[in-house]
Amino acid sequence: MNFDLSLPAQLSGALGPELLLMGGAMLLLLWSGWRAETDAHQRNVGILSIVLCTLTMILVGYYAYVGYTASVGVIAVDNFRWAADEIFLLATIGTIAMSLDYNVREGITAGESHVLLLLSTSGMMMLAAARDLIIVFLGIELMSIAIYVLAGINRRQERSAEGAIKYFLLGAFSTAFLLYGIALVYGATGETNFARIYNNIGQFHLEHSALLLVGIALLLVGFGFKVAAAPFHMWAPDVYEGAPTPITGYMAAAVKAAAFAAFFRLWLEAFPSLLTTWHEAVWWLAAITMVVGNLVALAQRNIKRLLAYSSIAHAGYILVAVVVGTRLGSSAFLFYLFAYTMATLGAFAVIVALGSRGEDRMGVEEYAGLWSVRPGLAVAMAVFMLALLGFPIFGGIGFFAKWYVLQAALQSPFPQTRLAVVLVVTSLISAGYYLYVVMVMFMKPRDQAAVLPARAGGWTRTVVWASAAIILIFGLFPDAIVSFTRRSAPVLTTDAPGAAPTPAYQRTAGAQAPELASIRPGLSNTGH
Amino acid sequence: MNDLLNSIGYNAWVLPALLLIPLIGAVVILLLPVTDRPVEHEVETPAARSVAFWIFLLEFVVSIGLWWTYNPANTGWQAGIDYSWIPSWGVRFTLGVDGIALMMVLLTTFIMPLAVLGSWTSIRTKTRSYYALLLILTTGMLGVFLARDLFLFYVMWEVMLVPMYFIIGIWGGERRIYASLKFFIYTMLPSLLMLVAIVYLGLHARGAAGTPDFSYDHLLAATSIPERTALWLFAAFFLAFAVKVPMFPLHTWLPDAHVEAPTAGSVILAGIMLKMGTFGFLRFALPLFPGASMNPTVRMIILILAVIGIIYGALVAMVQPDFKKLVAYSSVSHLGFVMLGIFALTLQSVQGALMVMINHGISTGALFLLVGMIYERRHTRLIESYGGIARVVPLFAAILTFVSLSSIGLPGLNGFVGEFLVLIGSYRTYPVLAIIAATGVIFAAAYLLWAIQRILFNSLDRSDNTHIPDLNKRELALLVPLLIVIVWLGVYPQPVLRRMEPTSQLLIDRVQGHATVASLAEGAR
Repeated sequence: MNFDLSLPAQLSGALGPELLLMGGAMLLLLWSGWRAETDAHQRNVGILSIVLCTLTMILVGYYAYVGYTASVGVIAVDNFRWAADEIFLLATIGTIAMSLDYNVREGITAGESHVLLLLSTSGMMMLAAARDLIIVFLGIELMSIAIYVLAGINRRQERSAEGAIKYFLLGAFSTAFLLYGIALVYGATGETNFARIYNNIGQFHLEHSALLLVGIALLLVGFGFKVAAAPFHMWAPDVYEGAPTPITGYMAAAVKAAAFAAFFRLWLEAFPSLLTTWHEAVWWLAAITMVVGNLVALAQRNIKRLLAYSSIAHAGYILVAVVVGTRLGSSAFLFYLFAYTMATLGAFAVIVALGSRGEDRMGVEEYAGLWSVRPGLAVAMAVFMLALLGFPIFGGIGFFAKWYVLQAALQSPFPQTRLAVVLVVTSLISAGYYLYVVMVMFMKPRDQAAVLPARAGGWTRTVVWASAAIILIFGLFPDAIVSFTRRSAPVLTTDAPGAAPTPAYQRTAGAQAPELASIRPGLSNTGH
Repeated sequence: MNDLLNSIGYNAWVLPALLLIPLIGAVVILLLPVTDRPVEHEVETPAARSVAFWIFLLEFVVSIGLWWTYNPANTGWQAGIDYSWIPSWGVRFTLGVDGIALMMVLLTTFIMPLAVLGSWTSIRTKTRSYYALLLILTTGMLGVFLARDLFLFYVMWEVMLVPMYFIIGIWGGERRIYASLKFFIYTMLPSLLMLVAIVYLGLHARGAAGTPDFSYDHLLAATSIPERTALWLFAAFFLAFAVKVPMFPLHTWLPDAHVEAPTAGSVILAGIMLKMGTFGFLRFALPLFPGASMNPTVRMIILILAVIGIIYGALVAMVQPDFKKLVAYSSVSHLGFVMLGIFALTLQSVQGALMVMINHGISTGALFLLVGMIYERRHTRLIESYGGIARVVPLFAAILTFVSLSSIGLPGLNGFVGEFLVLIGSYRTYPVLAIIAATGVIFAAAYLLWAIQRILFNSLDRSDNTHIPDLNKRELALLVPLLIVIVWLGVYPQPVLRRMEPTSQLLIDRVQGHATVASLAEGAR
């Protein structure tokens, strides 16, 4: 079925999953405020939130299965969006499940914390759908404001409050960049819709418009902050350390994925004709992020900060897929997001499982000899670490994710060989800190005086095992996900009529035209 | 025998079975009930070791049939299977044996049960995990030898790494954490570069639909890689394999890993995992990039490094105070012979290299086992702590002397056959290098005989040494098969050589054929 997005009824139909989630979240919000704050009530709200997310996942799956399409408009109706939505929802379910145990331990009785996660997720889903700068902005704000609150939900704790304030200030700062960028792009092109921006750039030959270029640069900075790409990553470690652990996991996994989804679509739908302009910038962003994230992570001794830098490094790997930009790049991009989300979520679930009230023991050394007392959690954590490292079989899907990005980088019409080498070398560096965690857990003797970590709650354990199982099973049989993400890829295209290649990117090489065609497969649906 | 095996469809299921049996075994062992917390110096869950032993024995029995069903006259893949694995990426699960892989597989399945017997009492804690890791490791090693798809090969190559990392890091000696990390990083860096090269090859051979193709046979047939690129790709493969071998400047992980690893770990490292490197050269680096590997400069550099490795390894071994380290450095020297044989590229030298690979696995494996046995009794590996113990442990002394002589290359024992073939084979193409390498044999005699003299003979002047118990039945049972093979391969290596010859010949023809074509094309230009 083809949605006509100019009709309100059909637009609502195209926004079905978002409306379901938001509507459900509103009802849950009312219900959670209806009764006094207790652990039991908090738990009920959380379980209902999980049910709501599952329903939304099913609806998204149905939309993907039917294969709806839509006319040009403010939102996209394509598989890229559905694939991204499923990733966000999966991460949300995991986060809520972790929070159920975590909130009881930390004495957080506000059921609203789960509802805020739902609202944040609906913002993410808007980001994945956005085909208009206004929608991008709406999605970012909806997502971020809920997270600002969540980062400080444990308001009695100093560190949590500090992290929340930092996150809020820097988030507002980056949003300002983004907004200013949107304003300048609008000023230059007179449009906020991706397709029309692309159209106007071609039609009015705006490739060298200073206004537009500054606007794009500001957008890049804004998104750089959101995905925590170096050199815009400074906020991440402090915020990750301060925020409640499940929320940290959510920020590292889902928030980053959502910002990336919008980033990817914006870049490839609105500005493909300015390829050489932004390509080089993103190239350097990717390279610097990989190097900085991995090198600084080596020095971390706090597990949450370590994972924060690891997530910065992974932003760099994902940016490689953005640089590649082709159909294959978009497939690799989704695949990587999925693998990264699962591994990060699992790792944070292990941290939640091993934490104690107040979260004061977060040094990696606390895990010394963990294997001898909590063998299951230690093995699961090793799987997540190896997955983030990108190791085959034992790290399951993590290896295939890196492999796919590597393959996409080398298979692009302009093989990104140097970027591939940077990816490989920095992956090796990352072995230094991922293996450090593994080494501490398995090879260091347990401190006799150390307190035995309390048995983790059932919800958290379920998240740990489910993520490990997904990582390992799809690590043996990745084909289902590959073909799904591949189906998701080709629909990612502007609906604008094909414009003639513009001089801006003919400047570098005569052969650059195929690159454009492959970014916008709507123009030429040939594979490589 | 052949008819019997064919009647049960042996060739159709043997290779997947070889990969599956250890995995199932690992699960079985992990499911064994844990016995109560062990008292000091007792073995935790003793059932694990016997279950592991029987699984490895089953594995050996299953694999031995290949000895008969393998048909040397047929140079193609045998007992091959081919399943689809990841169709979107053109990755297939393809296995098969040729003459070289056959011997490596048999070497692996032969050594593994002995390695279990060697760990019988020395591994006391976490035995279930230990034996499960050994089993998973076996799947990885066999997978490397059997894979006919480069992607599968890479996966198996990395699969070997993690169990060994844990085996060294958890059950190793005092500096185990350092040694295991060094081992991991040294192996992983060039492996990743090799991965990039594999991606490149797969994409290069991609079909009309754009799906990459990693099939070894298809990649062999595709020859249009530009020469400069081929050199880079060869360099990536070369590094990955040269670290594993290890070749001279890249060998520094080896003494640490071998010394810190528990006995079985050292045996497997020396006996099997070092062969992965030389096997990689024979299977991948040379046939895939004949132009690059036969480039006179490249070839000369590799040969000189090999000869340096032979001499350097022997000289360093000579001055080691630690007997285990001495054996570790002797591996550098022996593997230098293998590299010399491979890159001299005559039929004799390649056959000799293959023989050295097998012999080194047997002899050095036996040496590590013997070191482990004496260490378990005296808790020291320093040569100077011993002296004159031949009078206390005559059986141990006799076997150690015997194995050392085989490692030195005494005619009539296995070591001689391989090194002799390498030397006469490489003399035909590189006489000077062969002569220099031959001195390595003399050094080998020097370091091992000198060490034996100081350990076994001299005067019995330390009171700690007067009450060492001699070898027990288990230890004898695990050494006797090794001694039999040492004599057999020394006296009558013909059955082994005959099975490897067609494959070696094919390899040489392939590499030289390509090289000739390339040089002709060069001349025509």
